[in-house]
Amino acid sequence: MYQRERERERERDYREEMARSTGKDAQALFHSLRSAYAATPTTLKIIDLYMGFAVFTALIQVVYMAIVGSFPFNSFLSGVLSCVGTAILAVCLRIQVNKDNKEFKDLPPERAFADFVLCNLVLHLVIMNFLG
Amino acid sequence: MARSPLRFLVLILAISICDAAGIFHPISDSHRSAALDLFKPVDGSFASLEEAYEALRTFEVLGIEKTAELSKATCKSVLGTLESSSSTPKDLFYALGVNGILKCSSKEETFEGIISSLQAVVRDANSLLDFYYSIGSLRLIKDQTSKTDLHLSDAEGTFRSIKALSQSDGRWRYSSNNPESSTFAAGIALEALSGVVSLASSEIDQFMIGAVKNDIVKLFDSVEKYDDGTFYFDEKLVNMREQQGPLATTSSVVRGLTAFSSVITESLNLTGDKILGIAKFFLGIGIPGDTKNFFDQVDSLACLENNRVSIPLILSLPSTVISLTKKDSLKVKVNTVLGSHAPPLTVTLVRAFSSSARDNSIIENQELKFDPQDAVYFLDDLPASFDVGEYIFVFKMLVQDSEQQTVYATGTLTQVPIYVTGLIKIENAKIAVLDSDLGSVETQKKLDLAGESTVSVSANHLQKLRLSFQMSTPLGNAFKPHQAFLRLRHETKVEHTFVVGSSGKKFEITLDFLGLVEKFFYLSGRYDIQLTVGDAVMENSLLRDIGYVELDLPEPPENASRPPPQPVDPYTRYGPKAEITHIFRAPEKRPPQELSLAFLVLTILPLFGFIIGLLRLGVNLKNFPSSAVPATFAVIFHLGIAAVLLLYVLFWLKLDLFTTLKTLCFLGVFLMVVGHRTLSHLASASAKLKSA
Repeated sequence: MYQRERERERERDYREEMARSTGKDAQALFHSLRSAYAATPTTLKIIDLYMGFAVFTALIQVVYMAIVGSFPFNSFLSGVLSCVGTAILAVCLRIQVNKDNKEFKDLPPERAFADFVLCNLVLHLVIMNFLG
Repeated sequence: MARSPLRFLVLILAISICDAAGIFHPISDSHRSAALDLFKPVDGSFASLEEAYEALRTFEVLGIEKTAELSKATCKSVLGTLESSSSTPKDLFYALGVNGILKCSSKEETFEGIISSLQAVVRDANSLLDFYYSIGSLRLIKDQTSKTDLHLSDAEGTFRSIKALSQSDGRWRYSSNNPESSTFAAGIALEALSGVVSLASSEIDQFMIGAVKNDIVKLFDSVEKYDDGTFYFDEKLVNMREQQGPLATTSSVVRGLTAFSSVITESLNLTGDKILGIAKFFLGIGIPGDTKNFFDQVDSLACLENNRVSIPLILSLPSTVISLTKKDSLKVKVNTVLGSHAPPLTVTLVRAFSSSARDNSIIENQELKFDPQDAVYFLDDLPASFDVGEYIFVFKMLVQDSEQQTVYATGTLTQVPIYVTGLIKIENAKIAVLDSDLGSVETQKKLDLAGESTVSVSANHLQKLRLSFQMSTPLGNAFKPHQAFLRLRHETKVEHTFVVGSSGKKFEITLDFLGLVEKFFYLSGRYDIQLTVGDAVMENSLLRDIGYVELDLPEPPENASRPPPQPVDPYTRYGPKAEITHIFRAPEKRPPQELSLAFLVLTILPLFGFIIGLLRLGVNLKNFPSSAVPATFAVIFHLGIAAVLLLYVLFWLKLDLFTTLKTLCFLGVFLMVVGHRTLSHLASASAKLKSA
């Protein structure tokens, strides 16, 4: 009887430990990601922030459409696609500017930035036309 | 029939060789009023002397007065042409023609200059038209002045040269180098030859005149005729320089013939029938609508009025309808072609027969009496055996003075269709509704077709409707009218028409509704009954609504045919139509304004979040170029991007795509230049930093 209690206790301790460890593992993973991220250069962080901002704006628009219905569908599309489009262009910029990327070693970052600006301008012209 | 077959055959032969049925009327006042309408001068005078001559000659023949201004204006033009030295023989010909009618001048000095030039033309002429105009002008001068010593220098030679252009079939060529011959040219040639004979100082050789007479006879062998007894000339050849129609050709031949016959001493060997046939051709045209045709017709008839071959006499009837109720008498007029009085004649009604019974003539050889006051020949009373109907009367006329009989052309027999009208007796009219199976009369009502009363009956589809009446002529014979219809018209305007059959004097129609149910489209209700009885010789033809019948028909089955759609009143088709109100699509429901504004604010929020995030990241402007030139470029670069975004906002607000694109082109090029400078500067700066 005493042995069974001890076994049960040991089982309980084991489960608690597992939970704690998964929790601890998740926390550890999260911490490691954060610290790794902190090491990225500031320019890339700016681009990531910009991307987040664009996606968030798109999400808000989708929520709005879900509430009120998609009547001027072209307006909804142009709004969402402008956010999504600019986010994609930001991704492309990030890829090209990242020094760790072997493929774009010879591309000067200023050139990538110029492409980013130009593509954005063209995207926004089309969006403005479609906005109605 | 008591007549022998031989006499019957003679009758048929006589009818066939006499002039065919058809009335021709001489010139009347309607011609005169038409002439005044047609020959209207433009601005007080005519366009050319030829037109002036045509108009004035027509007025002269028809006896119409000319206005003084017209005479003055035309005379001025005539004298101008006569005095001018550049006038062609054709101009002189028409000027002299007009002068002859208006008598503008008869002074010898006017004509002196012309005579010598015309004589020269006659000497040197080699075409038919040159001969015609010059000789015609000289002849007109001789008539208008008192120059009896005006002669052609070589009449025989001229005669021979004109005759040389003739062909063996009686036609003439226009000139020796033109092989085509024409009948119109023959008429012109005959007129020219008559002018030569009248202008000759001595007698022309009778042999040559005889040759021309033979030509005329041969020409008349080629005359053509229509079925109604008219004769005319027409050109055989096509594609001549100016193809003249039958009217112009025939009138040219008539002018030539009458002119030639008036200058020769012996008579021409032509039968009066052909002259009469040609006169009928001109009269059969009626009133032409063209000035040239009008002139040709009237001038030729004037030539025929007093010609020396034979003067045609026209038999006409003022009215071909004789009414028995008004006791009309048959009236016949005989005139010359221009409507003048004819010499005393004996007019006989050779035969009168009904057009349905040709061999049974009712009148034979009845002479008509003459009424000198109205100048008509009349038959007092038609014999009592004349019933209503269509008849053919055959007339014959003969000049009373036997010596004058060759002077006039009266033709042989003239057939004229005559209508004898009268009141037809319609009696015993009744309408009845019969039971179909038994045939017994359920209702019967008398109809008064002459009055205004109406009847009303009712029937169902198992019954029959019968309408009957009797018709007879004034003499009591049976009469079959052209039209005897019964029409039933429904309230919805659907109509059905039936023919009323007859046997002898009795007319009857029975409508068996059992068989007609489908034809009536199963429409029950009130049908108006309309009776039509009519004929050309019936003076009391009727078209009357005699009442209505209430018809009770069974219900239409599923696949019954619908009545045809009734014609739309034409005025409603073009009238205003019903107004169309456009129903616009209901607009979509929009969200409340507060909600939209709230979300607008929400959408702006991430932007602030972005800026806050940037600040937290420690963003700086260290890399901004510090030296002057690159700095300005950098500033301009940022301003350029801002300008493009502003342009986009303006584009959304009010601009259109084309202006936007145009501005964008300029801005874009500018931006690219500036951006290139800025970024390349930055790139070189960072490269220096890296290498250093």
